[in-house]
Amino acid sequence: MTLTAYRWELRKLISQKRTYLGLGLVIVLPLFFVIFQNFHQRHDHGADNIFASQIGQSGLATPVLMLLFLSVFMLPLAAALVAGDIVAAEDGNGTLKTILTRSVNRGQIFAAKALAAMTYATIAVFLSALVATVGGVASWGFNHVVTYSGTVVSAPEALLLVFAANSVYLIPLLTVASIGVLLSTVTRNSAAAVVGTIGFTIVLLIIAQIPGLEGIRPYLLHEQYENWHGLLRTPTDWAPIWHSLWVCALYAGPALFAAYLVFLRRDVAGG
Amino acid sequence: MSDAASAATATLPAASAPAGAEETQPVKARGLVKRYDDVLAVDHIDLNVRTGDVYGFLGPNGAGKTTTLRMALGLITPTEGKVELFGRDPLRRGAAALEGVAGFVEAPRFYPYLTGRKNLELLAALDGAGAKERINEVLEVVDLAPRAKHKVGGYSHGMRQRLGIAAALLRRPRLLILDEPATGLDPAGMRDMRELIRRLAGEGITVLLSSHQLPEVQELCDRVAIVDKGRVVYEGALSELRRQGGAGYRLRTSDNERALALASAHGGIEQATSVDGYVRLQADERDVGALSVALGREGIAILALTPELATLEDLFFSLTEGPTSPTPSPSPTSGSGSASGSGQERT
Ligand SMILES: Nc1ncnc2c1ncn2[C@@H]1O[C@H](COP(=O)(O)OP(=O)(O)OP(=O)(O)O)[C@@H](O)[C@H]1O
Ligand SMILES: [Mg+2]
Repeated sequence: MTLTAYRWELRKLISQKRTYLGLGLVIVLPLFFVIFQNFHQRHDHGADNIFASQIGQSGLATPVLMLLFLSVFMLPLAAALVAGDIVAAEDGNGTLKTILTRSVNRGQIFAAKALAAMTYATIAVFLSALVATVGGVASWGFNHVVTYSGTVVSAPEALLLVFAANSVYLIPLLTVASIGVLLSTVTRNSAAAVVGTIGFTIVLLIIAQIPGLEGIRPYLLHEQYENWHGLLRTPTDWAPIWHSLWVCALYAGPALFAAYLVFLRRDVAGG
Repeated sequence: MSDAASAATATLPAASAPAGAEETQPVKARGLVKRYDDVLAVDHIDLNVRTGDVYGFLGPNGAGKTTTLRMALGLITPTEGKVELFGRDPLRRGAAALEGVAGFVEAPRFYPYLTGRKNLELLAALDGAGAKERINEVLEVVDLAPRAKHKVGGYSHGMRQRLGIAAALLRRPRLLILDEPATGLDPAGMRDMRELIRRLAGEGITVLLSSHQLPEVQELCDRVAIVDKGRVVYEGALSELRRQGGAGYRLRTSDNERALALASAHGGIEQATSVDGYVRLQADERDVGALSVALGREGIAILALTPELATLEDLFFSLTEGPTSPTPSPSPTSGSGSASGSGQERT
């Protein structure tokens, strides 16, 4: 039954404009980048990022650079856009009462919604990576790249690394989605939940700037957005990945659990 | 855990017969309370909807009808007390308590970006148990089949209301909970809705119908609960309520003047007054019957003799507004009389 509810959550997403707003954002940006670079062949070897300086040499540098750009704000925004809406929209429409008076329990509906929000975030990441990879390879070829450690990596291996980096980035991104689901459940207001989710990570960012609080930086959510960098060096640095895994679990676990409890008990009035 | 609970309730009826009959009661509320901060929306409500009832849940705006129905459907948690559907508490059993139960509170809501049919498909998927196969059938029942391919966002109020009924029927309910289903419908829509409810009741579905439309309740319901400010002020048979209030009748004859004189002199007729073109009688059914025989004997032809809705309305007001407010005496002729007429004359 949860699976049925999940399938329908996805169908609802497919039928909503908002869904395409987020996806559009994370597709259009890499497309723009590729097109712009094509017309404006700069070979700025002095770029501060090693992948930026390789754009013209290998198409596989593009998805890495794009992940670097989009991971900070755009992808979390896309994830928050749908996660923050997924419960609250039904509050606004009054459809929560419609689905909660059928033969599914609240827990199942909640699980379906949380899963759907995460599925969306996952699709956003890989769709964006796909566009960047195809665009990059089509423009600058399927060539080897040089990683952070200065190691030359063959094209197929680089492709695998791109995939792995995006997968690992899902750890913090699904955490953002979980927080979005929590705020969506608690605030019952899509806009508040979306803004709140993004606002939350920004607040953490500000806290990190407070003198004397530098010590907590490794435990802040946005720091985990870079957890995949360790994959792009030889030998692979697994430490940031493991670190982000447990740090993110500490954010996402309680958020999802709290959202679940609230959803189970809350009054469904209005609408 | 829930299996054990259901087993326990299942064995109860066998143990004691009279209690057993109660256990499968479609709706049983005991001491229901819902408080919103300082507002006591529902204040110790008891309800007894029995199998086969078309149960009217009457009350003025803000009486607590919707709030009570929300608690019955498990959408909100009672502050105190509990409600059971067929002996199952929706709070503890979740969706399992809603088995065989369908309906909506306030206006039924759907996904505006999906078509009517897609909405029903979604709900049928959440119902399981072959609900999907019934989609065409229920669309026919509510006369929405031609519009099923359009998005609900473009539906009129009446169409949404009918889609709400269709969605409920997908579940093949034994108990149908409807919260003011005819609100906002045009006269034809209202008539169709009543006809549909009557038909469904005829098929053996127990109906709990909240309303503040007296004609609707009078036409459809056999038992009622009247609520006011969160409290039940009357629960029982509609006929009993009417008897308590003393029935009013309208009489039109070939000779109203003599009829009035005869009625005034007739024992058992509490009051007889002449109101433009007819005689208004205050008496119970038996005495009115006796009067009609007497009129016939006197050679006065009875052209029309209809019970008057106004008395129920008066009763309703006196129950919900307290004895202090006077019953609006001259009203029956105009407003409610014409609307109620068609329903009344059939009795
Ligand atoms: N979610 C809520 N928060 C605060 N107060 C509420 C809430 N829901 C209902 N109430 C209050 O409870 C009381 C009963 O409301 P309810 O909607 O149950 O009335 P009703 O009998 O259905 O009225 P109507 O005929 O207008 O539909 C009202 O005073 C209302 O303001
Ligand atoms: Mg109401």
